[in-house]
Parts: sequence; C-alpha cells; structure tokens
Amino acid sequence: MSESLLDVSDLRVDFRHDRQVVRAVDGLTYSVRRGQTVAVIGESGSGKTVSSRAVMGLLPPTATVTGSIRFEDTEMVGLAEKAMRRHRGRGVAMVFQDPTRSLNPTMRVGAQIREAIQTHENTSRGGAQDRALELLELVRLPAARERLEQYPHQLSGGMRQRVMIAIALAASPKLLIADEATTALDVTTQAQIMELLRDLQQRLGMALIMISHDLGLAASFADEVVVMYAGRAVERAPTRKLFAHVRMPYTRALLDAIPRLENASHSQLAAIPGQPPNLALREPGCPFTPRCPNATDQCREHAPAFAEHEPDHEWACWHPCADEVPA
Amino acid sequence: MSSGGPLLDVRHLVQEFEVRAQGGVRSGVVQAVSDVSFSLDKGETLGLVGETGSGKSTLARSILQAPRPKSGEVLFEGVDLVTLRGREMLRARRQMQMVFQDPFGSLDPKWSVTRIVEEPLIAFRTGARDERRRRVTEVLELVGLDPGRYADRRPRSLSGGQAQRVAIARALALDPALIIYDEAVSSLDVLIRAQVLNLLERLRSELSLTYLFIAHDLALVKQVSDRVAVMYLGKLVEIGPAESLYREPLHPYTVALLASIPNPDPTAPRAPAGQTIHGEPPSPIDPPSGCRFRTRCPRAQDVCAAEEPPLRKLANGHFAACHFPVSRDPLQAAGREPARLAGGHHDPATTN
Repeated sequence: MSESLLDVSDLRVDFRHDRQVVRAVDGLTYSVRRGQTVAVIGESGSGKTVSSRAVMGLLPPTATVTGSIRFEDTEMVGLAEKAMRRHRGRGVAMVFQDPTRSLNPTMRVGAQIREAIQTHENTSRGGAQDRALELLELVRLPAARERLEQYPHQLSGGMRQRVMIAIALAASPKLLIADEATTALDVTTQAQIMELLRDLQQRLGMALIMISHDLGLAASFADEVVVMYAGRAVERAPTRKLFAHVRMPYTRALLDAIPRLENASHSQLAAIPGQPPNLALREPGCPFTPRCPNATDQCREHAPAFAEHEPDHEWACWHPCADEVPA
Repeated sequence: MSSGGPLLDVRHLVQEFEVRAQGGVRSGVVQAVSDVSFSLDKGETLGLVGETGSGKSTLARSILQAPRPKSGEVLFEGVDLVTLRGREMLRARRQMQMVFQDPFGSLDPKWSVTRIVEEPLIAFRTGARDERRRRVTEVLELVGLDPGRYADRRPRSLSGGQAQRVAIARALALDPALIIYDEAVSSLDVLIRAQVLNLLERLRSELSLTYLFIAHDLALVKQVSDRVAVMYLGKLVEIGPAESLYREPLHPYTVALLASIPNPDPTAPRAPAGQTIHGEPPSPIDPPSGCRFRTRCPRAQDVCAAEEPPLRKLANGHFAACHFPVSRDPLQAAGREPARLAGGHHDPATTN
C-alpha cells in the first residue's frame, strides 16, 4: 500500500477521569489513500471525533494514546509538539462543527486567515492578504474582497464555515478532516458545502475524512465508509459495497433508523432499544450485544475480531447479516 | 368552545421585530412572519419546514402569543387568542405546549425530574400534591421512563434522549390538545431519534394529540406529518398533503429542499444541477419585491419581481405561491385559476 497517506493501526485512546479509565478509542485500524474520501460514521461517544483529534495531535493531556498513526513516513504517536505543529496545517487540517466557536469574534476575517497563512509561510502582510483573498475565492465566498474586512458575526453560518475551510486550506494540507462540518447547517447550505469540499478535493488532490453521524451523507459523498461503535471500527468497505451488503447489525440499525422519503406518514421506524455502552465499564464481548437482534452467548463472552471476511470488506461480528432480498 | 371546526386556525399572521444598527448589522424591521394562514384539525400533524431564518420558530411562538403577533388572528377552538387577556389567556395556554430542540437548555439543571414534570401542574394550580405526583408518575411511564429509576435524577445524569423524554413528559402533564415540537429531535443521534419519533407517534394516537412539528429535515417531517407547510423568508410558499407535496412538489423552493437531502443509497443518481439552489436567503429586513424566493429561483421571470404570487390551489388540498409552479404538466398548471378566497378573508390553505 504505497499510495497510503494515513495508516491508523490499533489506535487506543484512554482518558483518566475520576480514577476511572475511559477507553474512548479501542483498537481502531483504517487507512486513507491520497485523494480519497473516507467517511467515519458513528453516534455520539463512538470515538469518531477523538480518533481524528489524535491524528491532529489535538488531544488534552488527560489522554493516553497508544498504537500507531503513520502519516506519509512519519509516526505521529509520541511525536514532539514542535514536530506536530509542522504536521498540522501542512499535513492535516481540520474543520469543526461549529464555525461560530472556531472563529475569533473580535478579529476581522482577513486577519484570521492571514494568521493561518503566516504561521506556515514566511510572507509579508500584503502577500498574506493576497493569498487570503485567493483562499476566499477558492471556497467561493460571495463578495470575497469585502468579507476580508468583516467580522464573523456579519456572516451567515454557511459563510463562516467557508471561512473555516479557507483557513484549513491555508497551508495546502494533504488531508482535510471535516468533523461534522455541515451538521449545524441547513440542508441547502449543507449540500453547497459538501459540493464545495468535493470540488476542492478534486482540484487540490486532497484526501478527506468526513466525520459524521449521517450515513445518508456518507452514501452521497464518500469512497469508503468506516462505521464505529463504542470506540471500535465495526464495519468498513467501499461505499457501494457497504450499502449493498451490510454485514454488521449495527450498520443495519443505523440505516433502518433514517427516515426516508419513501416511508408513509405515521409509519414506525425500525428503532433498536437501548443506548451505547458506558465506556468506563470495559465489559468482555461485543459492545453492541445488549442492543443487537442477532446476539448470542458467544457475543457476550468474546469480542469478534475486526477482520476482512470478504474481499475489501471488514467487519467485527459473529453473526453478520445476510444480503437483503430486494423487495 | 366550538366543535367541528379546526383546532387551530391561523389567519393572516404577521410578526415583525425592530432591530437597531449595531456592529455592522443594518437597522430596520425584520419581517419574520408575513401574512401566514393555515389551519390544523384535531388529531392532525402539520409539519413545518424551512431554512434557518424562514420564520418557523417565530410563527410557533406567535401562535402561543409569546410574544403576541403584530397582526392577524390565531383561533384556537374558535376563540381568537390575540384578543384574550389574563385568566382567559392562561386557560387557553394550558391547552398548548411546546418542546424545544435542546433538552438540557430547557430543563433546570438543579431540579429533579419529578420537580420538572410537576412544575406546570403547580403553575396552573392543578390538584393536591399527591394527585400531582400521581400524574408525574403517569406521564413518565407514558414517555417510557421508569419513574422508580428516573424520578429523582437531575438532567445532567440523563442522556440527550432521556432528557428529551422528560421535556415531552412535562409537555404532557397538563393534558394539552396541541403540542408544538420545535426541532425537538434534531440534536439527537440517529438511533435515539428513531426511538423518540416512534414515541411521539404512539403518544399522538393514544392521547389523540394534535401536533405542529417544526424541523428542517424534510424526510423526518414526512415520517410524522399528515400535511406539510414550507416557509421561505417569512412566507408560506407551499402547503399540502404530505404524500402529494413530496411526490409532486409545486414550488421550486420545495423542489430544491428535496433535492438537497442526501440519499442513503449510493447508487441513486444525484439531483440534476437545475434543481439545487445556490446562495443563501436574503435579509428579512429588506426582502425582495414580488416573490421573495425569486433571487434564488431557477424559474424566475420579470413578473416574479413585479407581483407577489398568491397562495393558490393547484391540486387537491395542495397550495403553492408561485407564478410558475413545477408540475408534470406545466401547461395545465399555468392555466389554472387562483383559488377563491372564502369570504374574501380566509385563505384557502386553511381548508383541508
């Protein structure tokens, strides 16, 4: 796999909290190739955000990271902060869910983009200003020149997210992580931002990890999907393969719970009971057992390994779903 | 109290807010809700969709008279809420409850679940203490929370889904006729959201409740609604039976909203470029002349800037405010007459 850009293998992230250890990420393995879009899907607390922050080296000191994160030829786990800083921005950049909280409300948009540019490049104020304008045009912000002089509160949510993307692109990263980057936006704006990300990715040859709870979004935009549950990867495959041959009952449950336009009004959704497990109680077996329709004693006692059971299709389940017969 | 008529009948509702210029924000009058009319029958669920700033939450609050609308009528069981004062207003309000998006923001963090759910009963001086406590137990069971396990908990020890169930229990405590859900499931995870949606459906049929269900997610709204209303920049642009509105949307804005929904089927063709829209809604301080959607509309012509299209009936129970409605048969649609306004006062959208 020479074309691999990012290789995460057996990643574990522990948080110490009230004398308990919460294992937020538990043996996660996946790769991202150059220019590829990988969707990491899961509910709150599945470890999708924590694992991507580990890739950025943005975890708090209470976190203990073990395993390996290789970006190009560099091992990121245990990397000193100074080297990590070089990697952030140029190697990997991140866009977060809430653009309002990620931008400084007291600084003009232009100054915030210039700051990002001058962190990575030794350039004059004028040079940085020109580059800032270029970036705002790249993210197709209307009236880009005037926006440079505005403050974040003068922009709409969608425009602020475009500014965040411009900042993330300042040092031409090879990998962009979009962490629920469109969740807080309206559907029409979400569609615009996703189209923008897809377009930028193709033009700049950048890889994209989209972290989301929305399998629908993954279906439309990702080349490959990794589904996480309780800190583990539970299923991974190229998007079309995954949606055509869902194996892990958790993935099935996520798909079935999405309200679809074809559904009749007042129809019941297929909702599985229960909630994700408490990650501080590290119980043996598959973490999905209490909510799984296929669970047996085997599942309660032994966790299934995450392995390639079919070509280019990995999952962790003792009793995978069969292909659905099309209705 | 009348019977037979709609439970809620909103007529020509207008809500405006004045804003002063500050930090680069223009001053003027925000036309949040402009001449909106619709009705809601007993036991019916009306879904209300639109983007941020379309006025859907303001519409909901204006219905509850919090704050009172600038003009228009809000008939609840035949009585105009706008004219009610004091005790009469209170009596009407207990029939109407609202559930908000963020359960943690709408539950007092220091209160126990019991106290939160009992609060409306105390506020409306309903029953003695032990009767109220019985009611709390009853509604907690209704929303699927075991009273023995949850009654003494504080909101912070609840998950998002559980906290939203508490908010729903609080709304049910006074046995209301109408519940308004303002993005009530939007912040929940997919699986928890499905559980709560199923709960709302069960409650509706068991307690014969009437719902106004506000959300920006069209697929979600379809799941729960009999009829759906679409708002854009303070205007009602389309309203109709859920099935026909989704199958044959008439307003180009509705078409664009539907085209923006990510399809959970990777083999599905992407929406044709002509259906998605660009840009963002203009400012409600200075909305475009004529049709407010025209600045983003792929079908706009000169007439759209000159004349505001009235909401007219284009199919059975299905109304749209557009000069050039989208239809499978555009010639036929163009030849249709604007619907008659009943009594010259009542908008056609109020008939089912």
